[in-house]
Amino acid sequence: MAYNCVVLVKQVPDTKRITGKAMNDDGTVNRAALPAIFNPEDLNALEAALDIKDRFGGTVTVITMGLPAAVTTLKDALYRGADEAILVTDARCAASDTLATSYILSCAVRQLKYDIVLCGRQAIDGDTAQVGPQLAEKLGVPQITYVEKPVEIKGRTITVQRSAGNGWQKVKAQLPVLLTVTGEANVPRVAAAKKMMKYKAAMTPAGIEQTLKAENAAAAPDEIKSLAAHKAGELEKKGVLIKQWDLDFLKADLTWCGRNGSPTKVHRIQSVVLASKETKSVEPTDDGLAGMIHELLEDKIIA
Amino acid sequence: MIDVNRQGEVWVFAEQHGGLLEDTPIELMSKGRHLADILGVGLGAVLLGDNVKGLATKLIHYGADKVYLAEHPLLEHYQANSYAKVFYDLIHKYKPQIAIYGATAVGRDLGPRIASATKAGLTADCTDLQIGDHKTTDGQMHKNLLFQIRPAFGGNIIATIINYDRWPQMATVREGVMAMPTPNTARKGQIITEKVQLSPQELPIEILEEHTRAKKVDLKASRIIVAGGAGLGSKENFRLIWDLANCLGGAPAATRAAIDLGFIDHDHQVGQTGTTVRPSLYIAVGISGAIQHQSGMSQSQKIVAINNDPQAPIFDVAHYKIVGDLNEVVPRMIKAIKEKGFKETSSAESK
Repeated sequence: MAYNCVVLVKQVPDTKRITGKAMNDDGTVNRAALPAIFNPEDLNALEAALDIKDRFGGTVTVITMGLPAAVTTLKDALYRGADEAILVTDARCAASDTLATSYILSCAVRQLKYDIVLCGRQAIDGDTAQVGPQLAEKLGVPQITYVEKPVEIKGRTITVQRSAGNGWQKVKAQLPVLLTVTGEANVPRVAAAKKMMKYKAAMTPAGIEQTLKAENAAAAPDEIKSLAAHKAGELEKKGVLIKQWDLDFLKADLTWCGRNGSPTKVHRIQSVVLASKETKSVEPTDDGLAGMIHELLEDKIIA
Repeated sequence: MIDVNRQGEVWVFAEQHGGLLEDTPIELMSKGRHLADILGVGLGAVLLGDNVKGLATKLIHYGADKVYLAEHPLLEHYQANSYAKVFYDLIHKYKPQIAIYGATAVGRDLGPRIASATKAGLTADCTDLQIGDHKTTDGQMHKNLLFQIRPAFGGNIIATIINYDRWPQMATVREGVMAMPTPNTARKGQIITEKVQLSPQELPIEILEEHTRAKKVDLKASRIIVAGGAGLGSKENFRLIWDLANCLGGAPAATRAAIDLGFIDHDHQVGQTGTTVRPSLYIAVGISGAIQHQSGMSQSQKIVAINNDPQAPIFDVAHYKIVGDLNEVVPRMIKAIKEKGFKETSSAESK
């Protein structure tokens, strides 16, 4: 039996390799100081889906919501073995919190036939782990979070080992389900050379238009449009057109999108300033250290 | 979602497993009590399970004014769907203004499901909660909101999150960041028993097996912690940490970097992705002091740092700064401690 898997992925700033200042002076995040990467646990979610496809057959569709630049993350997913990639992009998605994000993603997932929806456990820019469960609630499917082993499927029954904080559980559910996958679940495969050859030219319609504009600065807008439509048709024939969906296409209710749809707002952002404490310098000598131990005893810090 | 409701209570999700309360909800009771007192409203504990009534009195002793008790055989084992349904119904019935959950495996699974169903906000993994006022850009003033404070961007920034229009204001709170309250057995409160109706659709998951992984070390309970970083250089050299911890009767701990290098087991990790600790004494050996590590230990009562780099950020939070080669300083420190008459404990053993 074959299964249709939909994987939600996110392009994130690499918070572990920050160069320069993480924050601009106006309090916004300085994305230029943060290289963009494929969110690590989303790679584990993708691998879990590809593994299901390898063992049982079916399809793997990858969706991301983000800026047009997130297309690099989708291409990476195609290089690794995904069958199709979809970019959800719209200026009205900006400032979405986890609730609005899960609503928009639910509109996108509903466009597809799915048996299993997979997300990484959490994204490293926010570490919230909220979008997965919220998306499951919006889709009305059970969630199995913190998946830590490859899954077993028989017919419409899935068996999963998940982490339960101070232990683990083996649980069973009927498809469709949503899984959130941890870094322990598997080792993500690398890009395949053949796939890279195939999908190197993959683009979204907006990406095509932008490239054509840059190449033909003098051309009239109509001319660009018809050229772009032609090129998009060519890519589609080759199976390398990355679909691009906006909120109109998704028929999303704008009440629940972007800033409007986000109950949580930022009151304040502060760069981490470490509380300076009164620091005593201690000489690394026998006398210096004995003095410090004496003080700690006097203060009843050690007994 | 419920409307802004100034009389609404402050609620804490009283997470229990097998009839035992977790530490985190108890920690949250003291914070919840504090928030409720500032707002002049009651503190409610939400207790779900089967045969868990005995815990209700305990929750009152820890500060609850009311305990909302929902008992049902189908609630014996936690499931996101069933627990979210019962909690959601309670929110709509009683309209609390704040609901907080421990950022445990269960809290982080349950909270978002409830938030999505109620269409309310939820801030993950808070390290502090306060009450404060917010002025919007168009000049509107919102008084006495829940400030949901958390690190973001890998700990590089601290964000204060609010939600002023769609309530309840909800947050999950990291384990170990709030102090444990002392129970007051004289406290009186009210137990409100709720009827529970569940259908099979609310229990889509079947638990086939359950295993507990016993933690090898309870860092949160240790009064003295000796932590080593990548500066130790090797697993063999990490022995110094065990030796120093043993002679103080303390627990050995490590940074993420040292654990990734295989110096010691993951259970010993202190920091953002490990345990948050607040011991009497924290000795940081060969730790440069990345923000991710500091966020897990900066609340310690006294901090001693040993590093050969005088500019290491760990010294910014240290009370005692020792610049030197750890391979010389640690043995000297052990000697100084032994001279003060400390007896070596053999409880902690290196593997």
